[in-house]
Amino acid sequence: MSLLAEGITGSLGAVGYGLAAIGPGIGVGVVFAAYIQATARQPESAKNTRTYLFLGFALSEALALLGFVVPFIFK
Amino acid sequence: MIANVLASAGPGFQAPGVDEFYPTPLGEFSLLGIQFAITRITLISWVAVALVIGFFVLAARRPQLVPGRLQFAGESAYGLIRNSVAREVLGHQGLRYAPYLASLFFFILANNIMGIIPFAQVSPNAKFALPALLAGLTYIMFNYIGIRQHGLVPYLRANLFPPGVPWPMYLLVTPIEFASTFIFRPVTLAVRLFANMFAGHLLLAVFALGTVYLLSVPNFSKIFSLASFAMAIVMTFFELLIEVLQAYVFTVLTAVYLEGAMSEH
Repeated sequence: MSLLAEGITGSLGAVGYGLAAIGPGIGVGVVFAAYIQATARQPESAKNTRTYLFLGFALSEALALLGFVVPFIFK
Repeated sequence: MIANVLASAGPGFQAPGVDEFYPTPLGEFSLLGIQFAITRITLISWVAVALVIGFFVLAARRPQLVPGRLQFAGESAYGLIRNSVAREVLGHQGLRYAPYLASLFFFILANNIMGIIPFAQVSPNAKFALPALLAGLTYIMFNYIGIRQHGLVPYLRANLFPPGVPWPMYLLVTPIEFASTFIFRPVTLAVRLFANMFAGHLLLAVFALGTVYLLSVPNFSKIFSLASFAMAIVMTFFELLIEVLQAYVFTVLTAVYLEGAMSEH
């Protein structure tokens, strides 16, 4: 095990960012899927739900961005 | 930046790092015991603000009933935020916050766009100070409006003790509500804008430096610099999308927080 780990070099922050991107990736997909579905079912509602689309997108995306910034802070 | 790569003595690819955001100061001065430094990022911010002010002053200088080309552009730009953010999110009483929201949007937009303008190529919002200031303004504003509208105690009660919850649950709900409303709101608002611009600049820098580095290798790997260059172009357009979107998101979230403070039940 330690022999294996010796060959691995690089930033743990990159691994952390990969893990941090999983949840927001799913979340952003769900947000856009729901928007497309809602718009397909009721095209005239597209204008009303667009604000919530960007809101939901931004809120889920924030987690991935936190994961991106944290390795720079705790270097 | 490119000169740094070519001049770097060490072999191999030098990935861009945080140093990108600390350019050498062009001038320094001290005021009231605080050290100030004017860097090229400061200059970029000034240029962005000058562009916004210039555009709107020129557009509104001689308003006519039948708008000219520039006046129409200015009015549609303002109307975009006034109608699709202020009126849609805040309702009719929100129209008096439309000037603030529009200023916020165009200030952030102009600063963000500087991230892909040639020779500027770094957004002032990639320094944490600017997004933190803007988020702080929003934070003070929505709390002030909420307290003015409802009074301090009802405002806090509506935020910390949402109605319709069985009372033992308040042990759990109140700390969560406190953290999410009074701590995470301003922090995520600032970090979202900052991290997007920060990540975007590093992304562009990686591909731009990669192009130059791959061109400088002595073997056939040179051809891969074309792929890196194409990626830099694609990412520039992607950044344009992100920059407009983040300015919009910041404005919409500010409006949503204002709405939450204005209409507590």
